[in-house]
Amino acid sequence: MTALPTRKLEAWRYADLKAVEALWPPPPARLISVPAGASDAQLLRVDAGGIHDVRVELAPGARLQLVVVITSASYARVQIEAHLRAGADLDLGGVLLGSGDTTIELVTDVRHLEPEATSRQRVRLVLDEQATGNYLGRIAVARDAQLTDAAQSARALVLKRTATANLKPELEIFADDVKCAHGCTVGELDKAALFYLQSRGVPPAEAESLLAQAFVADALDGIADMALREQLDAETRGWLERRT
Amino acid sequence: MLEIVNLHATVGDREILKGLTLSVKAGEVAAIMGPNGAGKSTLAHVLAGREGYTVTQGSVLFDGQDLLALEPHERAAAGLFLGFQYPVEIPGVSNLLFLRTAMNAQRKLRGEAEISGADFMKRVREEAAVLGLDLEMLKRGVNVGFSGGEKKRNEAFQLGMLMPKFALLDETDSGLDIDALRIVSEGINRFRGPTRAVLLITHYQRLLDHVRPDVVHVLRGGRIIETGGPELALRLEAEGYEGLAA
Ligand SMILES: Nc1ncnc2c1ncn2[C@@H]1O[C@H](COP(=O)(O)OP(=O)(O)OP(=O)(O)O)[C@@H](O)[C@H]1O
Ligand SMILES: [Mg+2]
Repeated sequence: MTALPTRKLEAWRYADLKAVEALWPPPPARLISVPAGASDAQLLRVDAGGIHDVRVELAPGARLQLVVVITSASYARVQIEAHLRAGADLDLGGVLLGSGDTTIELVTDVRHLEPEATSRQRVRLVLDEQATGNYLGRIAVARDAQLTDAAQSARALVLKRTATANLKPELEIFADDVKCAHGCTVGELDKAALFYLQSRGVPPAEAESLLAQAFVADALDGIADMALREQLDAETRGWLERRT
Repeated sequence: MLEIVNLHATVGDREILKGLTLSVKAGEVAAIMGPNGAGKSTLAHVLAGREGYTVTQGSVLFDGQDLLALEPHERAAAGLFLGFQYPVEIPGVSNLLFLRTAMNAQRKLRGEAEISGADFMKRVREEAAVLGLDLEMLKRGVNVGFSGGEKKRNEAFQLGMLMPKFALLDETDSGLDIDALRIVSEGINRFRGPTRAVLLITHYQRLLDHVRPDVVHVLRGGRIIETGGPELALRLEAEGYEGLAA
């Protein structure tokens, strides 16, 4: 990937191309490779602008839990290409928090190359002001990757109507015995819940942040490391409380 | 404590409250009864400051303060509590986190110190035990998976925890079984006191058998059309609203 991408490329449709140009060429992909039967957990924390390429290689029976948290105030993109061999398992949690007029995006390409691999993606976006948040999630199941189980759930919470969410799932399935569940929704804060909280004394900004926190919690639920979980909860809370 | 004078309010472009005047004194327990669609819940929402309810005329004084000038959370900190006719479910926010956040936000606005974790849990255990609410349930999302009666018990629990000055209870008795009605009524009776007041919105005499009101008001067509003692509720139970002038 050396030529500057254009809008015509599906994976760059919603990117901030001006910002991309300034960041081009991106640094080489970071490789996360988990050997056969092994388990790993990785956190990718993006709080500054940049293009992050990640290549995931899961050998047979390998397991990876990957958490991506993007809170950058300028254009940030994480693109992940994952190759899953027989019986491998990928658990991906994504939290994207955008404010100002920034564009942040998570682009995933999960390739089930061999039978019986499983993948789950839970992505939550919270978008304020004029921010744009994108999730483009492609799942490809190869011809002999029977008994694949791939789940994908992406939900965006738009705090102001001036913010934008683009959620694009894409399934490419060549095997026939496959379970693929996906769901994408964009919504606003529940007015009735906000009023309930406020009527008990919670100020509006704090009420919004409580609800938004509950909203992103799903994406972090898979994290087994309690200290890390608490740290990420605190970071999201901090971000939500800093907004005005 | 609460002085409502000539209150007019619209929802959308429809006028629902049409010159409502009502006063509730400290120490008083008042009941509001009235047919479906009379505007009882609208009054409750207007007093609590819900978005979408516009006051077009009239005034509301709460403890001498202009209630309508306050934001909903400021009204709570000033001591107003609304028990919802339909309590809201909030997945992902536990009952306890919600309540502690609310309690501390109110205290902060009043310039008081936060409640300590230990004191908070002590109060939670006491109140939950009285209302027969399971502690495990309270760790779940606000009202999530609660039955109709459990939601109402949770409203009574929050009332007991927050101990406001003024409790405005919108059909807190509806949906309760006989035992729960007795428990919630006891909660309201314990809440009663010379510096507090209660306004009960209800359709049923059975609540008023447990919580004896000092005054009964009839709300119909967006106004209070009659005020009397506890015997007025009995008369309504026997004769319905039809006999009253609209
Ligand atoms: N959001 C709304 N939009 C339009 N009309 C509304 C809205 N909310 C309430 N109303 C109308 O206002 C009127 C009063 O409703 P309200 O809920 O205050 O009645 P209520 O006295 O509490 O009745 P109930 O005893 O059935 O609870 C009803 O005719 C209702 O249809
Ligand atoms: Mg009602």
